Amino acid sequence: MKIIVSIKQVPDTSGKVAVNPDGTLNRASMQTITNPDDMNALEAALKIKDETGCKVVVVTMGPPPAAGMLREALAMGADEAVLVSAREFGGSDTYATSQIIAAAINRIGVEKNDIVMCGRQAIDGDTAQVGPQIAEKLHLPQVTYAADIHKDGDTITVKRMLEDGYMTIKVKTPCLLTCIKELNEPRYMSVSGVFEAYSKPLTTFDYEALKDDPLIDKSTIGLSGSPTNILTSFTPPQKGAGMMLEGADKATCEKLAEILAKKHII
Amino acid sequence: MSKDIYVVVEQRNGNIQKVTYELISEATKLAADLGEQVVAVLMGYKIADKAQSLIHYGAQKVLVLDAPVLEHYTTEPYVRGIEYVIKNYEPNIVLFGASSIGRDMAPRIAGRVHTGLTADCTRLDVEVSKYQEYLRKATNLPEEKIMALDTSDRNLKMTRPAFGGNVMATIVCRNYRPQMATVRPGVMELGEKDTSRTGEVVMVDAGLTEADMNVEILDVVKQTKKAVDITDAKILVSGGRGVGGPEGYNPLRELAAELGGEVSSSRIGVDSGWIEKDRQVGQTGKTVHPELYIACGISGAIQHQAGMEDSEFILAINTDKFCPMMQLADLGIVGDLKKIVPALTEAVKAYKAKKAAL
Repeated sequence: MKIIVSIKQVPDTSGKVAVNPDGTLNRASMQTITNPDDMNALEAALKIKDETGCKVVVVTMGPPPAAGMLREALAMGADEAVLVSAREFGGSDTYATSQIIAAAINRIGVEKNDIVMCGRQAIDGDTAQVGPQIAEKLHLPQVTYAADIHKDGDTITVKRMLEDGYMTIKVKTPCLLTCIKELNEPRYMSVSGVFEAYSKPLTTFDYEALKDDPLIDKSTIGLSGSPTNILTSFTPPQKGAGMMLEGADKATCEKLAEILAKKHII
Repeated sequence: MSKDIYVVVEQRNGNIQKVTYELISEATKLAADLGEQVVAVLMGYKIADKAQSLIHYGAQKVLVLDAPVLEHYTTEPYVRGIEYVIKNYEPNIVLFGASSIGRDMAPRIAGRVHTGLTADCTRLDVEVSKYQEYLRKATNLPEEKIMALDTSDRNLKMTRPAFGGNVMATIVCRNYRPQMATVRPGVMELGEKDTSRTGEVVMVDAGLTEADMNVEILDVVKQTKKAVDITDAKILVSGGRGVGGPEGYNPLRELAAELGGEVSSSRIGVDSGWIEKDRQVGQTGKTVHPELYIACGISGAIQHQAGMEDSEFILAINTDKFCPMMQLADLGIVGDLKKIVPALTEAVKAYKAKKAAL
């Protein structure tokens, strides 16, 4: 049995985000990290590995430097890593991305007892679409927003969060789960893990390696194969000048409630 | 030919969620620009009687998919239902609420029918002139770039924040139909309910059976919200020296509960033992960027500002008009927080009651 964890290297948007004058993101000036939800997915996989001794394979699509992030995952305890990287894959939207990652996962192979895990969403795009779309392409049942995962043979019981509560869902392997932060606290890399990370296998799948998969068709991957395109991008509206109200009376507070309502807060 | 705007209704335990009405209201405006209709897709079990309320908000047609397997939301039966509707009715646009349900279902459908999907939209346009007007008002894009847009473009222009809200992007899906988007709850304006509106209700049999379930629901639990980490809170009501003592946080807690937020504090509240350490905002506490930060009796020392200056909207309540927090705030109320906070709680309550009565 194995668990395949799809992870993404993202700019750290929790720090200061630099924007170019033309409204695009100045990626060069930002630190990169492993997407936080993906860390929870990896930790969930490693926990199951601790209990069952299964194999954990991490996969990412990105430019060659993303290999550094894969080494970190290996240092945390993953057994194998796969970097999916090719010029043909660049500029993909979520549809195209999921086709490519699904093809890579097909190449790794999903067997009857396997699980595929993803983070709920990446902090750069914030779409939460790639996980379900990979599940669709691999014809696997999905459970998103997983806050608790229990594995019992080929049955997985998942606490799936909703805005106003949760559902407990039973699903059979193979399946795909997307994980949220409530699930666990990701572990640190260990010193011995860091040493071992460099002797563990890290494979690169380029276009040639995946091109025979039916999902890899030039018309459905990369920038030109993406159903969605960016029409314009810009920086959000600047803050207006501060306003001041005086007096602690009812009228002031009613006005305030109206302002909050206009901002869709209440 | 692909035609009409379809809104996928979100119901939980048979109750239609507010985001659905917001979507129908927005779709009504877009449909007017396109000269097309608004169609609501209602899925559930024994749910047909809810169709009228969708018409009252502006749906001209309601497709009802009623099956036991649709009683609670699970991915596969719902995806199959929408897949059936898309294949048989060929919508131009399909809108979903960007809830934990909509965001589960929509990408799976987009993957299955091979089309584009834009997540968490905060603005939708069809008419280029309206979109240009928006760009002029809300962005710093140069006029020549705005003028260069093709005014004959009838595609749906889906605008959304990305990179943690630091960049906005407008996305189009030119070559595939339907054009699909999930829309953030609470963003689109809710239109007036009009019970005189009439529309067509069509029962659709998508042939869904138990066999379409590929997971099993063991239970569905409704929870009252538990305290969340303040860095996750969308709204923070924060108290400082001005609250005066541990019981001073109680009115703040009431306001936070009413707004669906959490209570936080400046360092003085923590150092004085008035509130737990994990509530502290600032350089030695936590850094927060909520949608709304209400600073009550916080003067706004630079160490505190460092932890909250990136909040989207800052409301300051303070007796000192000239304190640093008042200068940072988007909106300042000069006065005694002990009077203002309870009065604001009341005003919010009254506003919500008024809105619920509509």
